[in-house]
Amino acid sequence: MPSLKEFRNRIVSVKSTRKITAAMKMVAASKLRRAQHQAVANQPYAVRMANVLGRLVAAVGINETSPVLIAGTGKADTHLLLVITSDRGLCGGFNAFIVRAARLKVRELLDEGKDVKILCVGRKGRDMLKRDYADKIVHTFEGWGRKRLTFADAVEVSEYITDMIQRQQFDVCTVLYNRFKSVMTQLPTTQQLIPFAVHASEEVKTGADTGALYEFEPSEKEILETLLPLNLSVQIFRALLDSAAGEQAARMTAMDNATRNAGEMINKLTLNYNRARQAHITKELIEIISGAEAV
Amino acid sequence: MAEALAHKTIQFELVSSECVLVSEPAVMVVVPGAAGEFGVLPDHAPLLSSIRPGVVAVYLPSGDVKKVFVAGGFADVNGKLCSVLAEEAVLVSALDRAEIQENLKQLNEELKSVQGDDLKAAHIQRHMAVAQAKLAAAA
Repeated sequence: MPSLKEFRNRIVSVKSTRKITAAMKMVAASKLRRAQHQAVANQPYAVRMANVLGRLVAAVGINETSPVLIAGTGKADTHLLLVITSDRGLCGGFNAFIVRAARLKVRELLDEGKDVKILCVGRKGRDMLKRDYADKIVHTFEGWGRKRLTFADAVEVSEYITDMIQRQQFDVCTVLYNRFKSVMTQLPTTQQLIPFAVHASEEVKTGADTGALYEFEPSEKEILETLLPLNLSVQIFRALLDSAAGEQAARMTAMDNATRNAGEMINKLTLNYNRARQAHITKELIEIISGAEAV
Repeated sequence: MAEALAHKTIQFELVSSECVLVSEPAVMVVVPGAAGEFGVLPDHAPLLSSIRPGVVAVYLPSGDVKKVFVAGGFADVNGKLCSVLAEEAVLVSALDRAEIQENLKQLNEELKSVQGDDLKAAHIQRHMAVAQAKLAAAA
């Protein structure tokens, strides 16, 4: 049985831990609101982009002469995985889920005899993947958790990827990120970026309001060549925003749990402390009484 | 005829990746297309054009002209709607000459440091073209 002083110290320390987790939860909640707002603000742009792209692809059609971003290199030997995680921990299973999905994917691809390269966004993902696949990580983008995400960040990533494909360093690019479904659930999602898959049926529906024939200026092909890198940035930006919102949501939930657990622990410790205190008093009383009786 | 035209408007939207910047009816919009500037009036034929860095001028029904600098993107025009998808958009009145010149100087130095790497140089040159257009717009 620990002494009364030890009990008191434990209770004080758990109480201050609870204060910290409660504060972190509050901070995460306000950051989440901002991140969610940003993700919503990005929506109109992404939708219009998909419309324009669908219309273009319908007009041009995809064949071997199409730009490499949409048609691929024609091979599937080297895969590039873009793994989006957070820079900071203490957000429950947020990073672990993505890393587990990434490990599975890498193993699967290696078993098929493919070559794999990994591009990390976020320090946590890199640290965890480094243990097994240090030689496969080509680059890490980090330090984005502090400030507000901007489109320029997504452009940085997409330019890095475009650069790589122009040097023919990979054939297929896939992004792994946490899709923000709700505050309670983030879905680890895998999405192929290159070659880009256009969902033909969906685009036709959204672009159906104008049956008219479009004029393209300068030409369909030239527009496509500039639109595709931009579209890549947009896709990456959306993944980054989703992941940022998901991170805050995961942290909020994790910290909420931690706060509740700390509360339970304090209750239990207080109960034990009181029991020990009573036992102590009883013991002292018995000592006094038996001393008096002896006299 | 001129009066009738002045009352007819086309819905104009300027959407960047971070928000919808402008969404209001306009009498005419002048867009810096890749193949030259073009004006968009109501009932314009459907057109999809890429945009070079430059200024989009929106002529409002009130007679005012709103000028927005865009760093590139796309214009999607049909009879009733003209939407511009911009990579980066700033109101011309918010541009800061000194800051742009500083930026341009920095890019110039970067360009010198990456000589030999064509891909990187092309990338920096693209940024320089944007900065130069910005400077011209701010003047």
